[in-house]
Amino acid sequence: MDALFTEAFIGALLFGAVTAGVPLLLAGLGEQISEKAGVLNIGIEGMMLVGAYVGFTVAYYSESFFWGFLAGGIAGAAVAAIMVVLCVYASMNQIVVGIGITLAAEGMTALEHHYEFSRSYPRLGKTETWPIPGLSDLPYVGNAFFNHSPLVYFGVVLTFVLVWLFRRTHVGLNLQAAGDKPAALDAAGVSVATTRALAVLSTGFLAGLGGAYLSSVAGGLFLPFMTGGAGFIAIVLAMLARGKPTWVLLGAFLFGASLSLTTAMQVAGINVPTDIIQMLPFAMVILVLVAFGRNSRLPPALGLPYRRGER
Amino acid sequence: MNQSQAGAIAGSAVRVLLPVLLALVAGGLILLALGADPIAYYGYVVQRGLLSPTGLEGSITRMAPLLLIAAGLIVAFRAGLWNLGVDGQYLLATVVVAALAPVLAPLVPSWLMIPICLAVAFAVGAAWSVIPAFLKAVHGINEIISTLMMSFLGVSLANILIKIVFNDTTTTVPQTETLAVEDRLSRLGDSTVHWGVILAVLAVIGVHYLMGHTALGLRLQIIGSNPRTAIHAGLNVKRLTFIAFALSAGLAGVGGAIDVIGVQGNVRADYNPAYGILVIPLVFLARFNGFGVIAFVFFFAVLMIGGESAARRVGVPNFFVLVLVALLLTFLALVEYLDHERRQKRAA
Repeated sequence: MDALFTEAFIGALLFGAVTAGVPLLLAGLGEQISEKAGVLNIGIEGMMLVGAYVGFTVAYYSESFFWGFLAGGIAGAAVAAIMVVLCVYASMNQIVVGIGITLAAEGMTALEHHYEFSRSYPRLGKTETWPIPGLSDLPYVGNAFFNHSPLVYFGVVLTFVLVWLFRRTHVGLNLQAAGDKPAALDAAGVSVATTRALAVLSTGFLAGLGGAYLSSVAGGLFLPFMTGGAGFIAIVLAMLARGKPTWVLLGAFLFGASLSLTTAMQVAGINVPTDIIQMLPFAMVILVLVAFGRNSRLPPALGLPYRRGER
Repeated sequence: MNQSQAGAIAGSAVRVLLPVLLALVAGGLILLALGADPIAYYGYVVQRGLLSPTGLEGSITRMAPLLLIAAGLIVAFRAGLWNLGVDGQYLLATVVVAALAPVLAPLVPSWLMIPICLAVAFAVGAAWSVIPAFLKAVHGINEIISTLMMSFLGVSLANILIKIVFNDTTTTVPQTETLAVEDRLSRLGDSTVHWGVILAVLAVIGVHYLMGHTALGLRLQIIGSNPRTAIHAGLNVKRLTFIAFALSAGLAGVGGAIDVIGVQGNVRADYNPAYGILVIPLVFLARFNGFGVIAFVFFFAVLMIGGESAARRVGVPNFFVLVLVALLLTFLALVEYLDHERRQKRAA
């Protein structure tokens, strides 16, 4: 058991937790924006997957992580634009459209991957990291927290930007109103459709960014269906966070830790069947829901299209 | 039949056929963009899934599990419950029955073995829906999330069961023991189609009748269309939620059992057909109507079986079927929206 407490083990566990948690953080923050504005974005799994594919492919050909991330985010936003048209402007059922988007993304990315790379699975080179001077040399936590891709720091900074945005700005107030009482927002002269459209587009961008990180940094390669439910975990995170971005950050790190346990266990030489490890995050969600479910809060108008004058 | 009725029927036929046509055309354009020949692909799908006798029998056999899943979804959706966890419910029941059937077969006659297997499958599927039903009924937690999470859990648990608990030690690949061919569901005439398909069709029609013509069905539809009304009417919403979930998940479980004791005979590790997430859009396309569901499931089964052949011959991976279903869903929603707008304008 001594192996569990070595610096290598703890370092690997924490580093893995951050790496596995960042896609969840970005997607979870994105989902939170949509949910606040009253759009339940089930298509986020598909947006992540498209971001993962496009992000990887662009990073692979341009040999630049930056362009890969940007392309992944834009691709996610492009998929979200479909959802905006169908759900926000055409008032279609958000769940049905979300499932459709996820199915289409699964099919399209797998197909595209087949035609682009055939059966080869090329890998990207080592990630560029920005070690934070001083902090990155700390024992145990230095490498785990302060020697990452710039996108990781972006995710953390974004969390606090959103805290400010939700609490202190008109934009945050409008988002909240679009989800809580869209008619009131409309009466105040702000367009519910535009507010929601911008929210969903931001969600798509962040989900795509998370996907791009998943494929090009965390995995180093793209595999069909590689998100494997990460988008759905992001939805749960957003739901349990009750509108607080910092809770998404905490939740994403905890989920990341349970995901990274496999690799860390292998470092320590303990062999646990992967199926059991794969169950951990989902079992955790169910446990959390059973234990704290009473406290989850969703905006009253979540999932409902807004049509002016209807009650 | 008077003129307006004929017009209404023609109208609804257009609303269904137009999206199908648009989806096929859009899918063809995607194939063209990817450098594949759409005419050859669709030709192959129709040839191998519908026109050749073995293909047609394969398509009809494939309908059995899909129809039972669809039957369960009709109950849940009409009761306003989004049971998106069908895949876990289906797979767990499949694995348990796959382990049970070869043990049971030498002990009891088949007229007893089959009902036992189906009942166990129903119970396993239903059991996997208890937590989401509890969360929904007691805490009011959105069932979309909880059923999805339970589905991922169920798929992993099914794998653990195959690899560790029910593993047939005589084979190299982890899998359950194989049910002897003579113990499987008997065939219809000279075909390869087993009678489970008939059971599945009856299940869909039964559910259609249940929801439309019985007191229980009416109660479930009320909680589906307006939960507040249901409370005012004195309905026991909690109990009805549990019932709807159990029926929905149980039927999906029976679908898995039928596939195992009818066709597969065993389950290998990492097997997950993920039928559920594909059947959900089909049930929508049919607007929760049992007969519509049967037609759409047939169309989809042809696409799947034909697509599997076409994947080998034309070189288009079967992922394309996912894209087609998504396109179908989008176009159906679009046509419905345009129709709605048109009517609103006419009314105004």
